[in-house]
Amino acid sequence: MDILITGVILGGTYALIALGLNLQYGVSRIMNLANGEMLVIGAFAAFTLFTVGQVSPLLTIFLVAPLAYVLNWLIYRIMLRPLVNRAKNRGMLEVDAILTTFGLSFVMVGIMIWAFGGDYFSYSYLARPITVFGDNYGLNRVVAFVCAAILCAALFLWLNVSRAGMAIRAVAVSPENARLVGIDVPKLSARAFALGGAVTAVGGAVISTFLTLDASTGVMFTMKALIIVIMGGVGDVRGTILAALVLGVGETFVASVIDPGLTLVAAYALFILILLFRPQGFFGRKPT
Amino acid sequence: MTQGDWKNLGWGAALLIVAALLPLTGDGYLISLGVSIAMYTVLATSWALFSGPTHYISLATAAFFGIGTYVMGSGIGYLPYWVLLPIAGLIGGVIAALVGLATLRLSGVYFVIFTLGLAEMTRQAVTWYQNQTGHKGTYVLTDLTDPDIYWQLLGLAALVFLLGWAIGRSRLGFALRIIGDDEDVARHVGINTALSKIALFVVSGATAAIVGAMIAPRYIYIEPSTAFTPMLSFQVVIMALLGGTGRLWGPLVGVIPFTLLWEAISSSFPNQTTLLLGLSFLAIVYLLPGGFVGLYDRLRGRAVKRSALA
Repeated sequence: MDILITGVILGGTYALIALGLNLQYGVSRIMNLANGEMLVIGAFAAFTLFTVGQVSPLLTIFLVAPLAYVLNWLIYRIMLRPLVNRAKNRGMLEVDAILTTFGLSFVMVGIMIWAFGGDYFSYSYLARPITVFGDNYGLNRVVAFVCAAILCAALFLWLNVSRAGMAIRAVAVSPENARLVGIDVPKLSARAFALGGAVTAVGGAVISTFLTLDASTGVMFTMKALIIVIMGGVGDVRGTILAALVLGVGETFVASVIDPGLTLVAAYALFILILLFRPQGFFGRKPT
Repeated sequence: MTQGDWKNLGWGAALLIVAALLPLTGDGYLISLGVSIAMYTVLATSWALFSGPTHYISLATAAFFGIGTYVMGSGIGYLPYWVLLPIAGLIGGVIAALVGLATLRLSGVYFVIFTLGLAEMTRQAVTWYQNQTGHKGTYVLTDLTDPDIYWQLLGLAALVFLLGWAIGRSRLGFALRIIGDDEDVARHVGINTALSKIALFVVSGATAAIVGAMIAPRYIYIEPSTAFTPMLSFQVVIMALLGGTGRLWGPLVGVIPFTLLWEAISSSFPNQTTLLLGLSFLAIVYLLPGGFVGLYDRLRGRAVKRSALA
């Protein structure tokens, strides 16, 4: 029970991060390997504002979100749009996108190390216990989970109910056909990419309340987010959330029963099972 | 073999002999630089054998390298050095085959994601195993000196070049080029795409493992964090792409300048290596899409066109 709740709480924050990546990969077709760095930037903003001005991380997200949105929009327009235009097919775009976002991720890590040093950073926010079902948990973890859950729900509703959300889902299913019904695919791709980055950065601010991070931890989160997106199915919000919870519980289980140093091994074991048995994701249909 | 083939072979042999003379200078710094260059040449060339024609970016080099290092480290007390080299290659090849079987049947993305974390995952597993058994690192004590390692790596490089040349002329090499152009077409003309990709991935995995085993005596003391440095995978990718994967000799052209640049940066600005790596990735995508080889081909194409017009 203890493992289950800790795992679900961890999975909830993973879900938020993976949703960001899923928007970028599922809609804009950019496999963004610099996604984890966006998370670290969000976390770093929360850390700085908290230590300097005692600003609550829950307020910081209202600042982080628009800034990350603009930053990611610029990245897409300046760096990635030319690649989309020059790619002859999806495979070529994938290779270019992987190399570019890798480069971007290294540049961001390099700049962060240069500017702030490579130390771990963490702060103490709401670090008091709270009792859930008879066991004690950190209040900051619970708050982070609730925060992530609200954001995931809002995103899910927006994608499924609003007109803009429908357009985004249409692009995710088929960019070619979306154009035929009058959707401005390039514009929407840029917005989806920006939105994905903003969601991830917010996830970073949330996760920084209870995890210790440093400038180069981003790639770890990118990996986990990628595994979650693949497990849940590309472009599938329900699948992503379910996969994130499965990963959170699986990791917590391995960490507490076997060894805390084996979290990535646990993630990979899940990943291999999915690749072998359901490569199309939890809710995906087999391609005909 | 045509006359051109003999000529290339002659040039290759001559270069190899010149390179093999390097340790005679007796300069320790030059020799250690030579070891780095030879090591990266083998790694980048074998990487390009698989990733060049297929366009699948493998980030698993560090994992295979580390596995090779550990095979040498844990076996040197029981078996002679020369037996351990092929064993390292065999183990690396088997693991590559398993990874390939799990991921290469699917699209390229799965492969990239999987190889991205493979080194880190193996490192975690090895660390855990060592904690369980209660010893931290392993000593590799041999009487091999830097020149010995250098010559061994050169020999391996020659082997990889010969193998690459043979594959390029074989049905397998042809099949891989078709897969790289269009995987659906390849499947329709009856190529077993998964098997071809796995075969080449096994070659590059086994080679990286042998390199790891050869380098192990140089470390003397190995532990998971030195054997599985994730940076290695990225360095190899950058070097190969910088040179260009279109030709067999392409990666070599990238390895030499990049190794020198890397040495210079990491000795004077050790914290900026990550930034350098990132900028190199971006430079390749935007400025040098085909690497130096692509640039050379374009310039030559332009020259040919001009002379045809004149």
